[in-house]
Amino acid sequence: MNTPIRRLAVLVSLMFTALLVASTWVQFVQAESLRERPENRRTLLDTYSRDRGAILLDGTPIARSEPTDDRLRRIRTYPEGSRYAHITGYFSFVYGAAGGLEGARNAVLAGTADELFYRRLVDMATGTEPQGASLEVTIDPAVQDAAAEALGDRRGAVVAVDPQTGAVLAMVSHPSYDPNRLASHGLPQVQEAWEELTTDPDQPLVNRTIGGSLYPPGSTFKLVTAAAALENGYAPEEELHAPLRYTLPGTTTELPNFDGRSCGDGDTATLAESIEVSCNTAFAWLAGELGAETLEQQAQDFGFEQSLEIPMRVTPSRYPDGIDDAQLALTGIGQHDVRVTPLQVAMVSAALANGGTVMEPYLVETVRAADLDVIDQADPQELSQAVSAETAEALTEMMVSVVEEGSGQAAAIPGMTVAGKTGTAEYGSSGAAHAWFTGFAPAEDPRIAVAVVVESATDDWTGETGGDVAAPIARAVLQAGANR
Amino acid sequence: MSTVTSVRPPTGRTTELVLLLFAVGIVVLAYINVDVAVTGEVPPDLLVHGLGLLGVALAFHLVLRWRASYADPLLLPIATLLNGLGLVMIHRIDLGEGRDLTSGVAGRQLLWTALAVAIAAAALILVRDHRLLRRYTFLAMATGLVLLLLPMLPIIGQEQFGSRLWIAIGPFSMQPGELAKIALAIFFAGYLVSTRDALSLVGKRVLFLQLPRGRDLGPILAAWLISLLILVGQRDLGSSLLFFGLFVAMLYIATERVSWIVIGLTLFLGGALLAWQLFSHVQVRVNLWLDPFSPDASSDQVARGLMGMAHGGMAGTGLGQGYPFETYLANSDYIIASFGEELGLVGVFSIILLYALLVERGLRTAIGAREGFGKLLAAGLSFAIALQCFVVIGGITRVIPLTGLTTPFMSAGGSSLLANWVILALLLRISDHARRPAPDGTERPRRRATATTTAPATATGGDR
Repeated sequence: MNTPIRRLAVLVSLMFTALLVASTWVQFVQAESLRERPENRRTLLDTYSRDRGAILLDGTPIARSEPTDDRLRRIRTYPEGSRYAHITGYFSFVYGAAGGLEGARNAVLAGTADELFYRRLVDMATGTEPQGASLEVTIDPAVQDAAAEALGDRRGAVVAVDPQTGAVLAMVSHPSYDPNRLASHGLPQVQEAWEELTTDPDQPLVNRTIGGSLYPPGSTFKLVTAAAALENGYAPEEELHAPLRYTLPGTTTELPNFDGRSCGDGDTATLAESIEVSCNTAFAWLAGELGAETLEQQAQDFGFEQSLEIPMRVTPSRYPDGIDDAQLALTGIGQHDVRVTPLQVAMVSAALANGGTVMEPYLVETVRAADLDVIDQADPQELSQAVSAETAEALTEMMVSVVEEGSGQAAAIPGMTVAGKTGTAEYGSSGAAHAWFTGFAPAEDPRIAVAVVVESATDDWTGETGGDVAAPIARAVLQAGANR
Repeated sequence: MSTVTSVRPPTGRTTELVLLLFAVGIVVLAYINVDVAVTGEVPPDLLVHGLGLLGVALAFHLVLRWRASYADPLLLPIATLLNGLGLVMIHRIDLGEGRDLTSGVAGRQLLWTALAVAIAAAALILVRDHRLLRRYTFLAMATGLVLLLLPMLPIIGQEQFGSRLWIAIGPFSMQPGELAKIALAIFFAGYLVSTRDALSLVGKRVLFLQLPRGRDLGPILAAWLISLLILVGQRDLGSSLLFFGLFVAMLYIATERVSWIVIGLTLFLGGALLAWQLFSHVQVRVNLWLDPFSPDASSDQVARGLMGMAHGGMAGTGLGQGYPFETYLANSDYIIASFGEELGLVGVFSIILLYALLVERGLRTAIGAREGFGKLLAAGLSFAIALQCFVVIGGITRVIPLTGLTTPFMSAGGSSLLANWVILALLLRISDHARRPAPDGTERPRRRATATTTAPATATGGDR
């Protein structure tokens, strides 16, 4: 019986050889492609358990990784809860890194970014665990707090930038959420929070300052129309056609002024007067005079229709294409299909505050490696020259009179010159409107530019105008930021 | 080659002791490694567990010195190492899933280890000569069949993970199929030793095959039908394959007729094809084998195991530093994938080679055995271990479709551990018999003539 046993031994060695070959195939030949499969949770777990860099505000973490005893080894915590949620975003074991810097600078925080390659090599050689880099944000806590407090429980957004650099000083979007709920290690709790946040009609996960479904800008867009006019040969004192009611070209629809008031003498008004009282008829007429191309070009010069990353992606604001004359008239006052982010509106103000130069907005001041070496330092960049310095100066003067004598008096700060523009942007057909205010201060040496939008509390006209609701919020923010 | 000399060969017990200390040492290091990696501390009960394992191993070693002093010296150290590493990995999965020593699976497995070793030692003491077992050939058959079919009974039969393999009586549950393996191997050995002449000599020759007589086909058909019954009744591809493979292999050894393999393979392929066409759960397994990452795959078990092993790569993440618990059954059927992840390809190779060595020692025992029953039993049991490794590890690494089987000595589960230690005891018993110098004279005169002329050094070297 020995011969068959020996043959069986050969069979057995073939069987074991097959196992050796197969395991080599899995763990060596195919290993890389298996590791890179999207459903490979181990790769995700590795990312999660790594020492992820913190997000810092004035040196204090607003997002950090803390060691835990469970299998995920580290948990991401947000000490300030919902306060900076739209800036930090969330880092969830289940839903990934998204919603803010966590998503936009994931590779840097995780320590896998290309710019960290050299350090990774050193880590690998020395056997130390790779560590992520930390981010210091540009936010000014005083401005951020003033904005959040002033906005209160109203749905809306406040964003403030430094006009000279483009640094974002405040970014408040309400309602917000607590990212700790998504970063938790309890799967059912995380899923429950996710379900709740994603089905909430108020969309708390959306950062309204740079994204979401965008807002009609209303009268704040008159700044763009006025800028286009000044750039195209109109003088501030130029008389504009400003009837009580303006019949939209090619239609019988009559566009009234707000509350049916007249601008100027009821027939004409200067450009300056029209800005001051936010004259609808004058700007509707002016848009027709300037033409869609000129308006769109001016809007683009301010940053409309451009992809920006601050480093979160900013939804481009847009000026509609293929419009007829009636629609063109409506775009002149920021109605029809003009759609903006509050950040874009703040950029318009900031450009006027900065001699017509638009600075590229940014949220990250410094990137530091785990050993505190500075890897990257923000370097302010000009985005475009939206208008000439003269135009900017002329518009600033008009905006100052808006706050001193016109529709934006609620934004006035004693002892300081504030420039601003109100807006009350209708949407839908029932008359509901979002309240806007944008401006900067101090007007002679601008330190901060702001945009505020407060969403309509109901689906009907509430009587709340930008001057009533948004201007006081802007005032609080400007006051906090002007003395930085 | 198995050279038998008249010079009294060394027993190999000292070699065994050294290897045993080595095995326990590796296990203790692995244990420390896991706890330091996961909790940051040396396990507080290291001494208790380390000495406990050493004590169990040494006790068995002493039993061998006393009752089977010529037994193969590699079998016990290999089994101890595999069992110990299995314990460490089970403990590591416990930690990963948040269980401590008292609530974990490892504690129970440790008790089972002690019990299994005790029973194996008892078996070694009681069965002083394996040939005694031949007397119980038909009792073994009856026991084996009852154990195999037990899970199909109502009330006590239990279905888990889609297979009906367990029986539960009160709080105790077990997999009787594991023990059936031993009973059936004894039965096959006893039965085939008696009937091998009839099965091998009679029959017509067709082409190059010596075909058996029609009525001699009875046993193989019966075995085939029973394995099909297991496949259908218990939905268990693994046991079915193991059982039928064991029978065909032993039949071939007994008769030396290739025709039995051809017949067996034909029956097996026919049965497999039939099962694939008739049963959806077989189709599911085959589809998962062909494309484990298919978006409409019904389970991601295979995929998870593969990704775990890939995560380990060549050198592994290190014990306690991977995510083996991401795979289902990480401490039982998939324990090899857990090792692959944390010890890498290097670790998997070591474990596969340990199994290969274990099987090789078993087959060598079969070759050295001096009578048919021992040869058949040793070869059958060794082949069963090899086949079981092939089926379970091959299922994980996609050599064949995945079927649920335990990994010998390593998987969590008392029945499997007990069965494998008893198999080890039987192999040790047969090897003792095979290696013990023949009581002067009568046996194997033909070999002795050559053996005596061989230099002792070569002889001992060859038969160690």
